[in-house]
Amino acid sequence: MSIGRVSGAGLAVLALLVVEETWRQRLPLGSVANPGPAYFPGVLALLLLAAGVAVAALAGGPRVSSLDWTEWRHGVAIFATCAFCALALERLGYRLTIFIALGFLVGGVERKSPIATLGFAAALALGTFWLFDTLLRVPLPRGALGF
Amino acid sequence: MLDVLQNLALGFSVALSPPVLFYAFVGCVIGTLVGVLPGVGPLAGISLLLPATFGMDATRAIVMLAGIYYGAMYGGSTTSILMRIPGEAASVMTCIDGYAMARRGRAGAALAIAAVGSYIAGTASVVALMVMAPPLARVALRFGPPEQLALLLLGLLVLAYMSSGSMLKALAMAALGLLLGTIGIDQMTGYMRYVYGVVELGDGLGVVPVAVGLFGVAEILATAGAPTPPAVIKPRLRELLPTRDEWRQSTWPIARGTVLGFLVGILPGSAHIIASFVSYAVEKRVSRQPQDFGHGAVAGVAGPESANNSATSGAFVPMLALGVPSGPIPAVMLAALMVHGVAPGPLLIQNQPALFWGFIASMYVGNVMLLILNLPLVGVFVNILRVPYPYLYPAVLVFSILGVYAVNGSVVDVWIMLIMGVLGYVLRKLDFETAPIVLGVVLAPLIELSLRQSLAMSDGRYAIFVEHRIAAALLAAGLGLVLLNLYTFARRGLDWRSRMALAEKGESS
Repeated sequence: MSIGRVSGAGLAVLALLVVEETWRQRLPLGSVANPGPAYFPGVLALLLLAAGVAVAALAGGPRVSSLDWTEWRHGVAIFATCAFCALALERLGYRLTIFIALGFLVGGVERKSPIATLGFAAALALGTFWLFDTLLRVPLPRGALGF
Repeated sequence: MLDVLQNLALGFSVALSPPVLFYAFVGCVIGTLVGVLPGVGPLAGISLLLPATFGMDATRAIVMLAGIYYGAMYGGSTTSILMRIPGEAASVMTCIDGYAMARRGRAGAALAIAAVGSYIAGTASVVALMVMAPPLARVALRFGPPEQLALLLLGLLVLAYMSSGSMLKALAMAALGLLLGTIGIDQMTGYMRYVYGVVELGDGLGVVPVAVGLFGVAEILATAGAPTPPAVIKPRLRELLPTRDEWRQSTWPIARGTVLGFLVGILPGSAHIIASFVSYAVEKRVSRQPQDFGHGAVAGVAGPESANNSATSGAFVPMLALGVPSGPIPAVMLAALMVHGVAPGPLLIQNQPALFWGFIASMYVGNVMLLILNLPLVGVFVNILRVPYPYLYPAVLVFSILGVYAVNGSVVDVWIMLIMGVLGYVLRKLDFETAPIVLGVVLAPLIELSLRQSLAMSDGRYAIFVEHRIAAALLAAGLGLVLLNLYTFARRGLDWRSRMALAEKGESS
């Protein structure tokens, strides 16, 4: 199956999910003359559905199997790091969270030496905290341990 | 004219006094820093520093806040060009060709063109603000909801038409962006839409996490694990300055961007963001080599950067002349003036001439300061590219998380950035452009509100869009673009956009 066909089908499915979700949330549709909160998203979902069907129908070109996903291991590691940051930022505090995240990425994923990893992670975690929180007065989370 | 010159002399006497000069400098430095750091946009910067101005007099406060605003426009180009991460939302378009120029070893030239373009646009638009403020404000006042809706739809269609490859795909992405923009409280009825109990989503998706995710995180996801990671470009000192040919190529885009940005700036909405999108589209359309866009076209940097800087001055027109803010940033500045007991509006020029003309003159001075600050620092910024990629991308990721978190102090924004990053990565793989999504998120609340206000005005009659001449003309222009695209499709010929898409595919394979 071609890339265009798969992406067109994906857009169409997304549009149908929006329509279904709009109906499930019982948002009033209103009328053409007096649109309700569901009207604009509904029209957009129909437009997206039409566009998705058109993209799929007119699709040609390379097949999905030709896509190169060689970077997926790095991608998963980066995604996991960001997710960890989002979960830990307000629990562990900014400095500890960023130190652990950078340690994992530079030491674990990029296989840099432990000294370089620790130095880089500590410098960036403490340096950015000092710049933003201390100097620019942008409040950054301190976490349950107080730092 | 003599009056204007006399008033300007009064303004310079205020702006060049050491305390005002100092606060203009502080504002420019903070603004540049705010613009350079991904995620911390001018709105966040101005909001964070607003309490710090309460102890100052009104002139110093407004001069410093304005310095942050246009300083951020200058600084926003830096991370866009060097790392493909928009320092703030108005720099999204600079990512495309600025980053491509950097990959070709022209990072210094791109930064210099962005700085000079911003300076020229900033200075010229201040002249326009000074001379044309009253009549232009009157024209802007004639833009009611029908005209605004028509203008916004035209902006989306222009962007879709100008994008490389399929207009259909670009429109699909715009529709997706608009759908994302409907998340949150419905402004007319107060209904919560698609928030799933997450209180932070009530205000909708922020532009900052969406833009940083789609451009910054997606780029890191795509390149960090590539078999050959992005080459670390190490430009030599003589490569930092643009060539004569690059200056020549940037002349007209800077001029067009300046005029366009100023005109868009006085209209309501997120002017500096829209101005950069429209300028990019116009440059691509008028270019003799449209296939160069996306591959490091000088005009793709010069036009949008000039436009977003010019739009900042344009946004001050309704704020100063009418006391009506044209967007969230002028609204915060308006609040700052009111805190100091100054009532902006038509009487401001008569009642507070030193403040008004001092503010105008400080913008001339601020633009000179920013040029002096930014040009010598081009070499410093370019050195960022010397950092090995295994260290650079984790650092960029940290700045992205920090910047996105700092805007609202909410981890929900970090999650939004992450989800948008994955979406942007997948869409890139599937050959979709992501810029229309960002514009859609910005425009969705404005489009929906102006549509429903128009219908409320006309008692539900859609004829209002034809009866209002300006709206009708704008909608006709949008329809013309769609028909033009259908005509090209029917001929099944290859126009410049099809050729460009084929060239991009060839390059990536």
